[in-house]
Amino acid sequence: MTAPAPAAAPAKGAAMARSSAPRSRLLSAVLVLIFAGLALAPFVFPGSQSLNVAAKICYFIVLAASFDLLLGYTGIVSFAHTMFFGIGGYGAAISLYALAPDWTSLAIGTLAALVVSVLLALLIGLFSLRVRAIFFAMITLAVASAFAILASQLGWLTGGEDGRTFRVPELLRPGTRLMDGTLFGVQINGRLAAYYLVYASMVLLFVTMLRVVNSPFGSVLQAIRENDFRAEAIGYRTVVYRVVINCIAAAMATLAGVLCAVWLRYTGPGTTLSFDIMLDILLIVVIGGMGTLYGAVIGATLFLLAESYLQSLMGAFSAATAGLPVLPQLFHPDRWLLWLGVLFILSVYFFPSGIVGRLRGR
Amino acid sequence: MAPAPSPPALETRDLTIRFGGHVAVDAVNCAFHPGTLTAIVGPNGAGKTTYFNLISGQLRPTDGQVLVRGEDVTGLTAAARTRRGLGRAFQLTNLFPGLTVRENIRLVVQSRRGAGMDLLSRAARRTDLVDEADAVLARMSLAGRRDDLAGALPHGDQRKLEVAMLAALEPDVFMFDEPTAGMSVDEVPTILDLIRRIKETTDKTVLLVEHKMDVVRQLADRIIVLHNGALVADGEPAEVIASPIVQEAYLGGAIEHA
Ligand SMILES: Nc1ncnc2c1ncn2[C@@H]1O[C@H](COP(=O)(O)OP(=O)(O)O)[C@@H](O)[C@H]1O
Ligand SMILES: [Mg+2]
Repeated sequence: MTAPAPAAAPAKGAAMARSSAPRSRLLSAVLVLIFAGLALAPFVFPGSQSLNVAAKICYFIVLAASFDLLLGYTGIVSFAHTMFFGIGGYGAAISLYALAPDWTSLAIGTLAALVVSVLLALLIGLFSLRVRAIFFAMITLAVASAFAILASQLGWLTGGEDGRTFRVPELLRPGTRLMDGTLFGVQINGRLAAYYLVYASMVLLFVTMLRVVNSPFGSVLQAIRENDFRAEAIGYRTVVYRVVINCIAAAMATLAGVLCAVWLRYTGPGTTLSFDIMLDILLIVVIGGMGTLYGAVIGATLFLLAESYLQSLMGAFSAATAGLPVLPQLFHPDRWLLWLGVLFILSVYFFPSGIVGRLRGR
Repeated sequence: MAPAPSPPALETRDLTIRFGGHVAVDAVNCAFHPGTLTAIVGPNGAGKTTYFNLISGQLRPTDGQVLVRGEDVTGLTAAARTRRGLGRAFQLTNLFPGLTVRENIRLVVQSRRGAGMDLLSRAARRTDLVDEADAVLARMSLAGRRDDLAGALPHGDQRKLEVAMLAALEPDVFMFDEPTAGMSVDEVPTILDLIRRIKETTDKTVLLVEHKMDVVRQLADRIIVLHNGALVADGEPAEVIASPIVQEAYLGGAIEHA
């Protein structure tokens, strides 16, 4: 991260596509690296742990980017994002569990979850987005807490605290062989198909969100973030725009939840609704850079890599320094959260506009 | 002044607002007709900006109504009034600081064209909107600044952009609140030319709050005087400037004879 600021001075005319392009060679390179790395992950980083991390990065990119639509683009603070993530997860889980482990059930579960999420987002938005921002934040916190309690109480439906383990459509099951033998030493099975379903969906949803923020509608969102008073004064009904983006963000988070469920073949409170995930998304978006969408990609990748590998890295370091004073204790794997916190503080301090802002040289 | 036959573009009836015990605008009755430019003068704190805030919907009156082409808009939001043809430039510059100059203007054009809910096209590729924004910027001699962030402009250019946003809105009623205040001498003509062009080439209604008496004399068809929130004089420029009440209340005798 100590790379010198890129001297990417775009030509005058190029600035027209201001937020639509990465606008920096270094940033473009990092993004290409991440997307290509994820595309090739099953072959380049074989093994089930690394595939799990890669899949999690994929659906967290969708989740964090959709949160950025609210926080970074519109200046709305919502604590209900994991609720919509959970609705997607439970929608897929309940449908696949209760109906049949096939594509029709998955489609029904996804659609039902989308309807529930969008209606809820609409209600919360209409009820509270017309008043002060802090009120909206409180309402979303209350609704999300109520939803989490509800999900754990309705055990017959949701599996309660244990969650639901279910089977996925046949194509996506680990036991399904799609090809005899191996390709580059990797078995072409249902797990691989599931990964590429998650990856392709992520790319599609991410491009859709890019499209939204770069549309005329998207620039109204930024105007609202910059100065909602003036946005209103030049004729925009800001409440309507806030409510619409709240619904879009909720729908995106719901789809991320479906991807998470399909990948894990499990949905429970810990994987979707927990407040820890809400904090993770917040950290990802802030570290990556708010209001850029690309920040969600870089933030999710770094955060989840750190979460997954920092512990073992620290374990190795701690062992290597055994015998020296203090260091082994300081880098004991149990301290990994502390170090993640330190990394977070440092990154916010040194890159106040996020990593993307830094790469763009601002 | 010959009364116009059509309903006034804008009218206020007994328009009043009280802040606590202080009456900032006091039962102002006034009509503004298409094709006229009315200067609103009065000492600092007279209630001119507050009067504008009541008209454009930033404030709700304690009493009275605002009518646009005969329609009562008192209950409508600022956005709804803008869509009915009221346009406003603010005395305290009020931009989208983190967006480029061009985006600031394009957002205004986009609002007027009703294109805000377009989710499918690329904003930068909506050449109909971008080209129109660029034309406004060229006219306001801001073209060289179009890719700069609005918040990074020098003060004078921010004031120009503030006025350019109103120009881009092309409302039926233009409300300028001290548009040249705080500008350097060489920047003032751009603003005055714009106002003069609106006055001479269109049938729009213009309200102009302005302290500089020479500007007022040049541009205004009519002057109204606010004092402690009340309308105390209304008439042709020469007549109003010469009236004893203005000499005393506003000009404090500084200008002896017009
Ligand atoms: N929101 C407000 N709350 C309380 N008092 C206000 C408010 N807005 C304006 N005023 C008061 O109303 C009076 C008129 O202010 P203003 O309309 O800004 O005057 P002008 O534009 O003529 O200089 C002033 O005394 C001011 O302090
Ligand atoms: Mg004023």
